[in-house]
Amino acid sequence: MTAVRQEESNRRAVMAVLAEARVDELVRAIQALGTPAFRELRPAETGLVMVRGRIGGDGAPFNLGEATVTRATVQIESGETGFAYVLGRDREKARLAALADALWQGAQREAVERHVLAPVRGRLETERARKRAETAATRVDFFTLVRGED
Amino acid sequence: MYVAVKGGERAIKNAHLLLAAERRGDPAVPELSLAQISQQLAHAVDRVMTEGSLYDRELAALAIKQAHGDLIEAIFLARAYRTTLPRFGASEPVDTAQMEIRRRISATFKDLPGGQVLGPTFDYTHRLLDPALAEGSALAEPAQAEGGDAGPMPRVTDLLAQDGLIEPSPMADPDAPVGDLTREPLDFPAERDLRLQNLARGDEGFLLALGYSTQRGYGRTHPFAGEIRLGEVEVEFFAEEVGFAVPLGRVTLTECQMVNQFQGSKTEAPRFTRGYGLAFGHCERKAMSMALVDRSLRARELGEELQAPAQDEEFVLAHSDNVQATGFVEHLKLPHYVDFQAELVLVRRMREEVAAQDSGQAPMQEAAE
Repeated sequence: MTAVRQEESNRRAVMAVLAEARVDELVRAIQALGTPAFRELRPAETGLVMVRGRIGGDGAPFNLGEATVTRATVQIESGETGFAYVLGRDREKARLAALADALWQGAQREAVERHVLAPVRGRLETERARKRAETAATRVDFFTLVRGED
Repeated sequence: MYVAVKGGERAIKNAHLLLAAERRGDPAVPELSLAQISQQLAHAVDRVMTEGSLYDRELAALAIKQAHGDLIEAIFLARAYRTTLPRFGASEPVDTAQMEIRRRISATFKDLPGGQVLGPTFDYTHRLLDPALAEGSALAEPAQAEGGDAGPMPRVTDLLAQDGLIEPSPMADPDAPVGDLTREPLDFPAERDLRLQNLARGDEGFLLALGYSTQRGYGRTHPFAGEIRLGEVEVEFFAEEVGFAVPLGRVTLTECQMVNQFQGSKTEAPRFTRGYGLAFGHCERKAMSMALVDRSLRARELGEELQAPAQDEEFVLAHSDNVQATGFVEHLKLPHYVDFQAELVLVRRMREEVAAQDSGQAPMQEAAE
């Protein structure tokens, strides 16, 4: 059971990276993997997901507003099925993300880690580190002044 | 009653051609790209996403371009577009405690765990026009500093909650579906989930004015900005066929926790009450106004005297939507010839009756009395 959980958690982490990949990054990475053949089980389709927040940040859910999401399902020759649900309207990106998800589940996991995920992770980490450092530079310490008696 | 008219096709077509040319302006001036709008008019894009109730920067930028920068028209376009797409479902509720923070301030505690970061803010600017910007001046690199990786930051309201000094957030009722005013027409009284959805889509100017009215005494709530945070949050969607919640990517959100004056009763010790605001993108004024009005609209639930417009749920929620409002106001421009003819006939007849009374009949009535 825990092994299944662990695998699911790993796959979710992979999907999180794929969701933030740019389409050109995925095109390049899939080419590096020799453009593996796949079959579309569900053609890429754009729709909406209602984004929910919580009252007070931690209470009962409410509907905030919708976001565009594109999904795709593909199957590779070795039989694995890959899914993608990604923000935005890029069908090519959803297809390639689903393909990467399928390949990651199969024999090519290591190659997907190296050619697809590592470069995107690297870029995201660099961008986030820069943003964090820029944000940290705006850290503020306010002092309260004692009001004199007049 | 509105009676349809026919005709005018050629004039309408030509008016639209003229409109498109006006949008473009002088062809010698370079055309705006969607990327330019998305990045350099980011707050306009954020507002269109929030009030258009559609998170998609590129579409919001397109709507702004098509609407010549008329944001309510752009919001209308975004709302119309969303009706063309199927809905896959609803996301898992986002967890703003896990936000990757780019701005976080509190007006209630100067030293709070995780600290305060100003981030990109108009606060403390001098509001002087910058002539250098007109020239497209070179930009100084933003400063960087160590210690940015503070991890998740607790909410200010969590800190107050530890000592029981503030009311807890209402918990979800697992049997009650989350209200959705895009599926079921709004009914009164509305629950808080529906009110917040309405306010999230509501016009920033309308909510700003209402929030301001509570500060000026029309239903005082004694608010403090407990915390405002801006940053990126991951959105997850439970996809049946995958079997678990799939991460969709990250969205930018602004959250406002308003801390308001106490409530207590014979059975409960006094504690702070709360108002909540959440918006797509960086929409701080909107999130704050939303939180103020959310708190005001809780007057009934908190047993406060209902006396001000901002406490009147039906008044607020029925007039907050600028797409509905602009539709009804602007429809007055459309031909109302038949309506108006009926009014003309009526007013003429009334005038004839008055004139007839003045010239003879009225004195006779007097004599009769």
